[in-house]
Amino acid sequence: MNSLIWLPFLPLLGTLIPLITARFSRTACAFMTAALPALTLFLVLSHAGDIFQGERFQAALPWIPAIGLELAFRLDGLALLFAILILGIGLLVILYARYYLSAKDSIGKFYAYLILFMFAMLGVVLSDNLIQLWFFWELTSISSFLLISFWGHKTEARKGARMALTVTGAGGLALLAGLLILGNTVGSFSLQDVLDSGELIKASANYPVIVVLVLLGAFTKSAQFPFHFWLPNAMAAPTPVSAYLHSATMVKAGIFLMARFYPALADTNLWFLIVSLTGLITFLVGAYIALFQHDLKGLLANSTISHLGLITLLLGMGTDLAAVAAIFHIINHAIFKASLFMAAGIIDHESGSRDMRQLNGLWKYMPYTATLAMVASASMAGVPLMNGFLSKEMFFTETLHQASLGSLSWFIPVLATLGGVFAVAYSTRFIHDVFFNGEPINLPKTPHEPPRYMRVPVEILVALCLVVGIFPSLVVGDLLLAAANATLNGPAPTYSLAIWHGFNFPLLMSVIALIGGLYMYYNRSHLFKFQAQFPTSDPKLVFEGIVQSLVVKAQRVITMTENGSLQRYVFFTLGFAVVMTASSLMKLNTTAGQRPEIPVDALSITCAVLLCISALATVIWHRRRVVALLTLSVVGLIVSLAFAQFSAPDLALTQLSVEVVTVILLILALFFLPQKTPKESSPRRVVRDLSLASLIGGVIGTISYALMTRPLDTISTFFTENSKTGGGGTNVVNVILVDFRGFDTLGEITVLGIAALGIYKLIAKMRLFMPSTDDNGLPWSEDRHPILLTVISQSLLPLALLVSAYIFLRGHNMPGGGFIAGLITSVAIIQQYIAHGVEWIKTRIKLDYQIMIGSGIGIATLSGLGSWIFGHTFLSSWFDYFYLPVIGKFELASAMIFDLGVFLTVVGATMLILANLGQLTTSERPIQKEHD
Amino acid sequence: MEGMYAFCVGLLTACGIFLALRGRTFSVVIGLTLLSYAVNLFLFASGRLKLNAAAVLEQSEQYSDPLPQALVLTAIVIGFAMTAFVVILAMRARADLGNDHVDGTIPEPPNNTTQKSGGSQ
Repeated sequence: MNSLIWLPFLPLLGTLIPLITARFSRTACAFMTAALPALTLFLVLSHAGDIFQGERFQAALPWIPAIGLELAFRLDGLALLFAILILGIGLLVILYARYYLSAKDSIGKFYAYLILFMFAMLGVVLSDNLIQLWFFWELTSISSFLLISFWGHKTEARKGARMALTVTGAGGLALLAGLLILGNTVGSFSLQDVLDSGELIKASANYPVIVVLVLLGAFTKSAQFPFHFWLPNAMAAPTPVSAYLHSATMVKAGIFLMARFYPALADTNLWFLIVSLTGLITFLVGAYIALFQHDLKGLLANSTISHLGLITLLLGMGTDLAAVAAIFHIINHAIFKASLFMAAGIIDHESGSRDMRQLNGLWKYMPYTATLAMVASASMAGVPLMNGFLSKEMFFTETLHQASLGSLSWFIPVLATLGGVFAVAYSTRFIHDVFFNGEPINLPKTPHEPPRYMRVPVEILVALCLVVGIFPSLVVGDLLLAAANATLNGPAPTYSLAIWHGFNFPLLMSVIALIGGLYMYYNRSHLFKFQAQFPTSDPKLVFEGIVQSLVVKAQRVITMTENGSLQRYVFFTLGFAVVMTASSLMKLNTTAGQRPEIPVDALSITCAVLLCISALATVIWHRRRVVALLTLSVVGLIVSLAFAQFSAPDLALTQLSVEVVTVILLILALFFLPQKTPKESSPRRVVRDLSLASLIGGVIGTISYALMTRPLDTISTFFTENSKTGGGGTNVVNVILVDFRGFDTLGEITVLGIAALGIYKLIAKMRLFMPSTDDNGLPWSEDRHPILLTVISQSLLPLALLVSAYIFLRGHNMPGGGFIAGLITSVAIIQQYIAHGVEWIKTRIKLDYQIMIGSGIGIATLSGLGSWIFGHTFLSSWFDYFYLPVIGKFELASAMIFDLGVFLTVVGATMLILANLGQLTTSERPIQKEHD
Repeated sequence: MEGMYAFCVGLLTACGIFLALRGRTFSVVIGLTLLSYAVNLFLFASGRLKLNAAAVLEQSEQYSDPLPQALVLTAIVIGFAMTAFVVILAMRARADLGNDHVDGTIPEPPNNTTQKSGGSQ
C-alpha cells in the first residue's frame, strides 16, 4: 500500500509547482497547480470501490519506533469522504481563484499556501497516529494563518489572521494534551487501537480530562460557541480562501475530529451534555447573528457557525442515526456553502461591494449568477428537492427521537425549529436583499456577469445540490454509508435517504421553519429596530483588548524582574541554583560518609587558618584594591600548597606559576582602574548578598565534605594501568592531558589562544587615561628600572629558561609538562619586561606572540591528529605494540610534539596579554602605532 | 582533615560570591578569582584527598586519582585566560563608558532607587 503514503505528500510536492510556474501565464499556473491535486483525487477515487465494499487501507512507515511514533496513514470511509471534499472543492477553488485574484496579487504565492493547506488537511484526515494527526492539525492552523493574512497590507486581514491563529493554536495545544493523555491511557498512539478501546477509555479516570481537552481543540477549530468569534473576522481573507477553508475544510476539521473519535469518546452523559449543548447554542447564536449582518460574507460566516453547531449537536446526541445525519450534513453543507461563498465573491468582484445595504436588484445585471445563488441558498434554507432539505429533515427527526434531557427533551426540537426559522430568514435575506428589493445604491462599479469560467465551479456545486437533493442514494449513498460505518467503527443502522417520508412531525417542523422564516424576514424591520437597542460589541476589539492587557501585564512582570541591573540577575541566578542544589541535598541522610578521614596535623591547621584569614581579609578590604590583591595572592599561594600536600604536584606547580602571572596582570590592570571602590551598597543589599553567599558556601562545603567522606569508585584505574604501556609515560596526569584526553587539551589551548587574541583586539583600540601620580597624589618613582633588579633578572633569565626546559622535558614521566614550562618561561620573560621596560626588550627579543599562538595550536593539531590516527590502529593491536620498543619511542615523541604545541600556545597567549597590557603604561602605547 | 578542607572550600565560595555580587568590576574580578580557587579545590577533591600518593607511576605505593587533576590543571590555565579577558574587558568598559560599574552606569543613590526601578539603561 505504498501509494497511500504518497497521497498526502503529492500535494506537498505540489506546493513548489505554483512558485515555479508563476512566471508563466495565470492560466498555465492554475492548470499546473491543479495537476497534482487532480492526480491525488484520482488515486483516492481509485480506492473508493474497495472502501464501499467495506475495506480499509492502512500503510505505515517507522518514524521513531522507540516511542511508538510512526508515519501512518489510513483510508477508510470517513477519510475518503473528507479527502474527496478537500481535493474536489480544492480543485474548484483553484479554478475560481484564477479569476478572482487581481493581477497585483502574487498568484504563485497564493496557490503555494493553498496547496500547503490542502496537504495539511489531507494529513489530518488520513492520519492513523495521534501525534501525527496533531502535527497536521497544527499545520492547518499555520497555513490558514498564511492564507487569511494573504492581503497583509490590510489591518483587518492581519488582525483576523492573528485572532484565528491564537484561538485555533490555543485549542491545538489543548488537543495535544488531550491526545497525549488519551494515548497513554490506551497505551498506544495508533488510531485503530484507540478506536477499539472505547470501553477502556470511558471507564478510565482520565476520561473527563481527555474529553474536555479534545473537545477544546475541536470547538476552537470549528468555531463553536464561545470560540465562534474568530470565524467572521477571518472573512478578511480572499473569498476563495473563505469558500475553501471556512465552509468545506478547515472548520470541518473540528467536526472531523469529533467524528473520528466518536467510537472512542462519545456515548456518555458528559459527551452528550458538552457537545450537544454547545452545538445547540452555536446553532442558535450563529443563525440569529447571521440575520443581522450587512456584509454578505459576514452573513455566510455566521450561517456557517450555525450549521457547524447543527452538526455538532447531531454528533452530541449519541445515537447512531444522528451520527449518520451529521455526516450527511457535512457533505451537504460543504457543497452549498462553498458555492454560496463563491457566488458572494462573484458579486463582490463584479460590483465592488459586499454591503447588502448597497447591493439591491442585482437580478437585472447578473441573472445567471443570481439563479445559481438562489438554488444554493434554497438548499441552505432547507427547501425540498435540495440536498440541504434532506439532512435538515434527518436532523429534525433525530431531535424528536432523543430523550437525554429527560422531561425537558422537548426543548431540543422546539429550539431546532427556531434555528430553522432563522436559517430560512437569513437565506431569504441573502436572495431578496441582494437580487431584488429596489435598485443598487452607490456601487463602485456597474455590476455584470463574471467571466465564463469563474462561474463553472459554482455551477458544478449547485448542480450537485440538486442532484444530491433529488437522487440522494444514487449519488452519495455508498459514500455516506462507508463514512458512517467508519465513524461508528461498526455497521451503521438502516436509514432511508428518500425525499418523501409521508406526513410526519419533521415535515411539519420544516413547514413551520419555512413559513416562520418568510414571516420573520417580512417583518425584519421590527427585528432590526429591536436589535439596534443593544450596544454593539465588536469581538475584534474585545479580543485585542484581552491581548493588549496580557501584553501590559507581561511587561509589568518583565520590568519587575528585568531592570537592567546585572547584580540583580546574578543574585537571582545564584539563588535559583542554590534552591535547586539544596533541595536535592536534603535527600541525603547523613553528611559524613563511611570513608575514614585523614588525621589533622599542625601545619595543615596553620595553612587553613591563614587561608581563611586572607580570604576574609580580601572581602573586608575589597574596597582598597591593592590590599585586596595582596591578600588574594596569599590565598592563591596556600591553594597551591594544598595541591602539593594532597599529592598533586602538577597542580601545585601550575597554580604557583599562574598565581604569579595573575597578580602581575591584576597589578597592571589596577594602574588604569580606580584604586578604591566607593562604598555604595546599601546595608540591606550587603545583608542580602552575605546571606546568599554564606548559604551557597555552606551548600558547597557540605557537598564537598559529603563527597570526600564517601568511597570513590573511579574510572581512573584505566589511566593508571595504561599510562606506561599505552601512553608511554609515568606521569599519569600529563599522559591524560597529552594522550588520553589530548583532544580536550587541544580544545582548551584553542580557547586560550582565542581569549588572548580577543584581549589583543580589546587593548588595541583602548583609549585610557594614564595616571601620572599614585592614589595619594605622589608622583611615580623616577627610577623606573632599578639597577639591582635589572642585573639579577638578566642573570636569572638563562637559569629560568633552563628550569623551564627541564620541566618540559621531564613532564611525561615526572611532574611538569608543557603548561607549567610555558608559564615559567612567560614569567621569566615578563621579568625582563619589568626590569628593563618595553623599549629595551623590543630591540632585543623579536618574538611575534600571535604567530607563536598560531604555530602552537597548529603543531598540537597536527601531532594530535597523527597520534589519534596512530592511536586508533594501536588500540587494535595492543600486544604487538608492547613488544616493539621502537614504536614505543615514537609514541613518546608524538606526545612530546603535542606538548610543545601546548607550551608555545601558553607562552604566546600569556605574553600577548601581558606585554600588550604593559605597553599601555609606556610611550609605546599601541594607539599611536595604529595610526602609523 | 576532610572537614577542614570542606570548610575552606565553602568559605572561599562564600567570599567569592559575595565579591562577585558587588557593583564594581574590579571587585567582581577578585570575587571570580576566589570562586575559581574554590571550584578548582572542589573538583580536585572529588578524587578524594590522599597524602604522598602523587599519580606518578613507581614513585609511591598508592596513586591519587589523576583524572580530576588533569581537569583542574587545564581549568587553572583557562581560568587565567578568562580572568585576563574579564579584567581587560573591565578596563575597556571604563575607557569607553567612563566608569567601572558593572551596569555601565552609576546608579542613583539608594534613596531614589524606588523611583528608578524601571532600569537604568
